[in-house]
Amino acid sequence: MHSMLKASIAALATTAVLAGGAPAEGHGEKLSGDLKIFLDTSNPAPRATMEDMIARFSEMHPDLTIETTVIDREAYKTQIRNFLTANSPDVATWYAANRMTPYVSAGLFEDVSDLWMEEDIATNLASTKGAMTIDGKQWGVPYTYYQWGIYYREDIFNELGLEEPTTWEQEKANCQVILDSGRKCYTIGSKFLWTAGGWFDYLNMRTNGFDFHMELARGEVPWTDDRVRATFANWRELIDMGAFIDNHQSYSWQEALPFMVRGEATAYLMGNFSVAQFREAGLTDDQLDFYQFPAITEGLELAENAPTDTFHIPANATNKDNARAFLRFVVSADNQTLINNGENLGQLPVNASSSVDDDEFLNQGFEMLSSNSPGGVAQFFDRDFPAEMAAEAMQGLQEFMVFPDNLDDILNRLESVRQRVY
Amino acid sequence: MTVATVPDMNPPRRKSFYKRNEIALTPWLFLAPGILFFAVYVIIPIFQSFNLSLYAWDGLGEARYIGLANYQELMTDRAFEVSLWNNVKWLAFYLLAIPAGLFIALFLNQTVVGIRLYKSLFFFPFVISQVVVGLVFAWFYNPSFGLLNTALGWVGLGPINVLGDPTMVTYGIIAAGLWPQTAYCMILYLTGLNAVDPEQIEAGRLDGAKGFRMLWHIILPQLKPATFICFVVTIIGALRSFDLISIMTNGGPFGSSRVLSFYMFEKALSEYGFRMGYGAAIAVVLFLIMLIFIAYFLWSMFREERGH
Repeated sequence: MHSMLKASIAALATTAVLAGGAPAEGHGEKLSGDLKIFLDTSNPAPRATMEDMIARFSEMHPDLTIETTVIDREAYKTQIRNFLTANSPDVATWYAANRMTPYVSAGLFEDVSDLWMEEDIATNLASTKGAMTIDGKQWGVPYTYYQWGIYYREDIFNELGLEEPTTWEQEKANCQVILDSGRKCYTIGSKFLWTAGGWFDYLNMRTNGFDFHMELARGEVPWTDDRVRATFANWRELIDMGAFIDNHQSYSWQEALPFMVRGEATAYLMGNFSVAQFREAGLTDDQLDFYQFPAITEGLELAENAPTDTFHIPANATNKDNARAFLRFVVSADNQTLINNGENLGQLPVNASSSVDDDEFLNQGFEMLSSNSPGGVAQFFDRDFPAEMAAEAMQGLQEFMVFPDNLDDILNRLESVRQRVY
Repeated sequence: MTVATVPDMNPPRRKSFYKRNEIALTPWLFLAPGILFFAVYVIIPIFQSFNLSLYAWDGLGEARYIGLANYQELMTDRAFEVSLWNNVKWLAFYLLAIPAGLFIALFLNQTVVGIRLYKSLFFFPFVISQVVVGLVFAWFYNPSFGLLNTALGWVGLGPINVLGDPTMVTYGIIAAGLWPQTAYCMILYLTGLNAVDPEQIEAGRLDGAKGFRMLWHIILPQLKPATFICFVVTIIGALRSFDLISIMTNGGPFGSSRVLSFYMFEKALSEYGFRMGYGAAIAVVLFLIMLIFIAYFLWSMFREERGH
């Protein structure tokens, strides 16, 4: 996966340069019959984007009867288990990597490796192929992804004379200056746990590298390993400095935003979806900027989190040919350019021939993922680790952030969970 | 006898089966729909849960029989232990709603202008949804803008983060739950006080009973039915405490405010759960705890009926 990703990112970089006139998808044949689509894009903007995309597909195939059902994003996570087994749609949204595993191993997702053999997809979607692969087969196609990194208050950095750090030493030195100015370095809301998972992802990938992180995710390394402890030791440096806002265990990630908007904290390790919230809260692009999580262990290849949202064909679907045509349409360069632009999802297109919308943060994210993430691209803590391990571990991570002295106890507990889960 | 060959024009009409057993059957016919649904939705699922707790099942694949392994795991599961203790705390402290409700009811049981308005204001928290109660209290406790810390600041006490502190969080949630539960007990006692016999009070007064002695010896014995109902609804409320926890802390911080019902939900049905067998094992334990109280309630009601 490692070398494949490198190659694919190189390919992505070159094709992005040539992306001027990507050939439109050749949908010569008109489809007929039915197509039943289940979506979890229940938030207003993604919902409108998806509905518009389906309408365009429907225009291309006037004889096709498309039935779309949008299910609340959270409810979808439990309902998918029901509708995949009985009364399947033809297309359903989900997430990449380990989140697919339960459905792949239960035989509920259709193997779509044939799509991935097609020239268009094979060359243009190579960067996400690893995330869609289980047991050497591909089980769906991605439709969008987004970068993670440190979003910070540019104006406060300027005021304090700070620069974007690239090493751990600089990061800590910056943080000390920020603390001395009476602010906190990082805001975080860990009530729903996953935000702490993001910190662990980055600290572990920077301390021990992408490959080690994935070994840990696959359960091949004990949690009590010294390398894991090294990651926590780095984390503890920040905690002991008082770098994180107080009482973060009581806030959701949205409730932690005001600390940064009010300038009480200067940075937030988050996904790109936070940009919309920052802008809505009144921060301008002059006040807000982005940098890649700095290197910790020297010489280690940088790796990034880029969670990918996906489309799948349930194994029990009735109109699989129509579904395949729809998947081809979703990942086509033009459609990818359109649905990921700033007016729609505001994220990164998965097709290397698509163009990225001209947005400060999308450009930086695209740049970072295509040229400065040689180590690999991870999905996210709760998508790379099996669900049960992730649930226990994220609780432990939150506990560590509040009571760092409990580390031994936490690691022993996680180790016993690891031995049961894998 | 030729008569015998002539068919009897008026045979003694054999009554139908139903007619013959009308008295015995009718109650069962009326009960049938209730019994049917009670069996399908309550009784059978209880046994299904017992059965499921012996399996390892993710809700999708094949269920694998593992005997009592789920229960063995429960014995060493610290999160389960924490949840169990929290359940005990809920049962103990939630009962404070009964004396508090009685106190408010006695206080409001007087004739003043606008008493109906005051009564409705006190009853108000019981009418609003538990979700709203949870949100209101979560804001009240909020460490950055919550009213609690502002109030503590006035008397010079340091800021506390009730919902973020594993030692305080359960008490914080119980306090939120007491708000509507006290109102519920209050309304039960208010109706009970209406039925208190004025002649007995008069007699007590002639004998010189006043204040606490009047309350203890004359009023409270007459409020016994109300107290019983308060006890029942409060115990049930404590064991059902799910929505407040879900809204206020989501079980956190790091699982220290979970109770059994929430832990069961997390293990079996939440985003990262789907250990159906393990969830069922937790449900069985919760059921056994409830069974103690249910048995007690049934027994006291049975005794009550026999007494009359």
